[in-house]
Amino acid sequence: MTGPATATPAMYAVDGTDPAAAAARATDAILHDTLHGTARGVVVDSPPGAGKSTLVVRAARELAAAGRPLMVVAQTNAQVDDLVLRLAEKDPELPVGRLHSSDPDAYDPALDALEHVRKSSRAADLAGLDVVVSTAAKWAHVQGVEPWGHAIVDEAYQMRSDALLAVAGLFERALFVGDPGQLDPFSVVGAEQWAGLSYDPSASAVSTLLAHNPDLPQHRLPVSWRLSASAAPLVSAAFYPYTPFRSGTEAGDRTLAFGVASDGSGTDRVLDEAAASGWGLLELPARRTPRTDPEAVHAVAAVVRRLLDRGCVATSERAGEPVPVTADRVAVGTAHRDQAAAVRAALTELGVTGVAVDTANRLQGREFDVTVVLHPLSGRPDATAFHLETGRLCVLTSRHRHACVVVCREGVAELLDDHPSTEPVQLGVSIKFPDGWEANHAVLAHLREHRVTAP
Amino acid sequence: MSLMSTLARLEAVAGGRAEPLATVRHRHLADRPLVLVPLTTAGEAGAPLGALVGTDRDAPRLLTVAQPRDRDLRFAFLAELADAVLPVLEAYADDVEAAERTETDPETGKRVKVETELCADAPQLIVPSRPGIDFVRLLGRSMRFRRTAEDDPDAPYPAPPRVPLLGRWLTHYGERARVPGSALLLAMTDLLNRHWASGQSNLEDQHLGALLAWIDPPDGLNGAQAALRAETGRDARGQLLCPPAGPATDPAFDNRLLAPAVDRYDLARRQLAAAEDGAYAEEQLARAAAAERDVRGLLAEVMRPTWDAVWRGIDLLRALPAGARVKDRWTGDRWSYTGHRDRVRAGEPPQPRRDDAVTAARKLASREAAQTRLEAAEALDDPLVLAGHRLAGQAFVGEVTDVVLEYSEGKRPAPRPLVTVRSDDGPRLGERAKVYRSLGGKPQTAVFVRYEADAVVLRITDRMGRAKVPAEGSVPEKGDVIAWTLFEHDVRGGPKLPDPEETPWTHGGPPETAGRPALPAAREEGRSGPDAAWPEPDRVTEEDFL
Repeated sequence: MTGPATATPAMYAVDGTDPAAAAARATDAILHDTLHGTARGVVVDSPPGAGKSTLVVRAARELAAAGRPLMVVAQTNAQVDDLVLRLAEKDPELPVGRLHSSDPDAYDPALDALEHVRKSSRAADLAGLDVVVSTAAKWAHVQGVEPWGHAIVDEAYQMRSDALLAVAGLFERALFVGDPGQLDPFSVVGAEQWAGLSYDPSASAVSTLLAHNPDLPQHRLPVSWRLSASAAPLVSAAFYPYTPFRSGTEAGDRTLAFGVASDGSGTDRVLDEAAASGWGLLELPARRTPRTDPEAVHAVAAVVRRLLDRGCVATSERAGEPVPVTADRVAVGTAHRDQAAAVRAALTELGVTGVAVDTANRLQGREFDVTVVLHPLSGRPDATAFHLETGRLCVLTSRHRHACVVVCREGVAELLDDHPSTEPVQLGVSIKFPDGWEANHAVLAHLREHRVTAP
Repeated sequence: MSLMSTLARLEAVAGGRAEPLATVRHRHLADRPLVLVPLTTAGEAGAPLGALVGTDRDAPRLLTVAQPRDRDLRFAFLAELADAVLPVLEAYADDVEAAERTETDPETGKRVKVETELCADAPQLIVPSRPGIDFVRLLGRSMRFRRTAEDDPDAPYPAPPRVPLLGRWLTHYGERARVPGSALLLAMTDLLNRHWASGQSNLEDQHLGALLAWIDPPDGLNGAQAALRAETGRDARGQLLCPPAGPATDPAFDNRLLAPAVDRYDLARRQLAAAEDGAYAEEQLARAAAAERDVRGLLAEVMRPTWDAVWRGIDLLRALPAGARVKDRWTGDRWSYTGHRDRVRAGEPPQPRRDDAVTAARKLASREAAQTRLEAAEALDDPLVLAGHRLAGQAFVGEVTDVVLEYSEGKRPAPRPLVTVRSDDGPRLGERAKVYRSLGGKPQTAVFVRYEADAVVLRITDRMGRAKVPAEGSVPEKGDVIAWTLFEHDVRGGPKLPDPEETPWTHGGPPETAGRPALPAAREEGRSGPDAAWPEPDRVTEEDFL
């Protein structure tokens, strides 16, 4: 086994051209294949923050403009509402349908303010609209309607194969967009019996699609606009070693500054380190703890509290002058729901509100200025497949535009060495690279250069 | 592993005895389960060596193969197994009760109730350990495609008459065992591990003898000592005191006892085949018979402790009262049994080698639903399981201290009472989080409103009837102590999947076998041979010659 991949410049020097031009070329090729190609499907791989949503909105508008009725499949209601809002923002006149469930609060009330967005829980009510958007779960219950000529499937790598099976009869052709590095879909029961089958219902929709249609055109978005010049190299090298991407910004384009000077505590020092370098590791003494490790949880909450108290301001290419980093621009990411609940409680005790605290699964697809991450392996006695999953760490370390602070107990490197991956190899299943063990080591090696030890 | 089960394991280590993980039995146990202790031949996948099988703990039926590599003897064994197992499986087929089933009417597409019958009980099969379940599946797969002389008069090696049928039943039981909470086919180690936490690792818990040693150690020994003896103790011949629960055998047994006996049998048979005069042949026949008796004796000796251990496990489990929702899950098993009975009676072909895309998706969806229901049912049936969820913040128990009847806004105001629940569990509820309680076996939903001092305020949102006044008993009353869970008790119907013939292009289109005639029809058309109704074998690719 080779050593962990470290971020060397050679690995992420994609090309020397202007990132905007490279991204535009990729987008043009994708739209050409979608609008004028002959294949039934087009697959687009998008690294974190590479403009996936922008692409979806643009493709939707161009398909609508070409007079092709379009259905859009997203995975969660939040994603659907977000897409509808973006579509309406770009093109307020576009007739959009929001198909929703019959639950109370089925959609974002902000949609009610949009004049050309029609909402219904029945697909028949939305017939004839240029674009109809809904979740895969809701689409799966649509029956007895004329199939759509075109579909866009968003977050296709997070969609399960069986969910695609349920909706694929609704469209003729489709554009599949997603991030292969994020969390794979999962099942709460064993699905080993189907492992290796091309249509394994627990696999991702894209793997099934490509297994059956290997000749579909595949594209890649080459530039991450979210990740800064400090973050993109590490994320690219650790999680996308064979499909590197670059940051859309240069070093120095984005900075963080504090109005209040450091008080010398570990919490403040790690914030300063993160502000300066984009990464910070707050390392607590080695200890085996329950999942909701009270010390680590309080350390996470204290970092958030101090970040807000110290008057953090962010400078970026988006605005001419520094913008305050408010609670809604900060997120805390954990591996487990009980950890998220414990952090929420700790934040409430410290009087912090408005910070998004959630698990990796639920933070997928979201973007913040600063994130604070409770390391999935912190304080654990073992490294299970769940905690080693590449996508989990990738999601947690790629949500931020400016800086990411990781809170972790010492000893994770040793823990990793004690627990090499032991998952059985299944025939016919293509192995995902890099594996979680390798990716964890790569991230840890990088974070160690930005380490602050807490007493 | 949850914090509660970790604690239980630590306490088991400290106390030298397994700790209960449940106060009730969470799986159905039949009055007369069919116990099967199988053994397989080392190094020869799918070659049965022997089995103890039966419903009477004092009189197991012993089946053995004197030379497991002899395929005639293997078929004879499988025929005998069919003779032992099928009568038990079929004994439940005709005792039926009237029942209703919802079906989609092919003409109108509407869901309609259809009167049908449901078997009043179903046969339950218990094997010692999880590899035993895998072996049942393997047997099923190896038998269900065999063809008997009746199926195909030209088949060169016809299987004994009932063997393919046994294969189909074992396949069905093996598939059903993958459904969470099902009880048609159970492994004793799984059953015991569900109800007790031993002081050893999960891996060691797969050893039936060691597990029983922790749960019920013999006098004078603690769990750890008894488990060690079960794992390593050997007699003067070097044989394990507690042989493996199978289907794998102990190498020391294979080498020192079994192999010499099989060799004696082989030798006698070779000499019998070469015999030229009657007296010599008689003698070799007698020696072969004696060697066969030896093999039988050896296998009986090595399987009997496992047989007794399974029944001891059944005794231990029977001492626990059944959980309230166990019966409902068993009804699901009865439907499963009845469904397969109907498919066999209708002359349908055996289960295919692989599921098609739609079947796989359907199975996965139904198992995920079963898993959700099982977890909720176990928590609601058992305060000890609920305690684990309370500790993990997934449930809380509290006393109702106040109830205020409020109404929803809108044209027809519906009751939306506010309930204040005082709880020491410290529930952590997010904004508009939903919680559930069981009301007459059905889940009632409440939405989190706010925290108060040491209480939470919830708003009940359903199951209060259509009238303006909530139905009697549907709203908690002051003083009620109620368990609320953050997880749902049931799941909604899964996605509507297409028919297999309409598998979309993303999943490879309709499977090749769809629409092919079933076996009997294929034969009438004059086609025969193994390819009449089965898919073509995999094509030979370049990689096959690497």
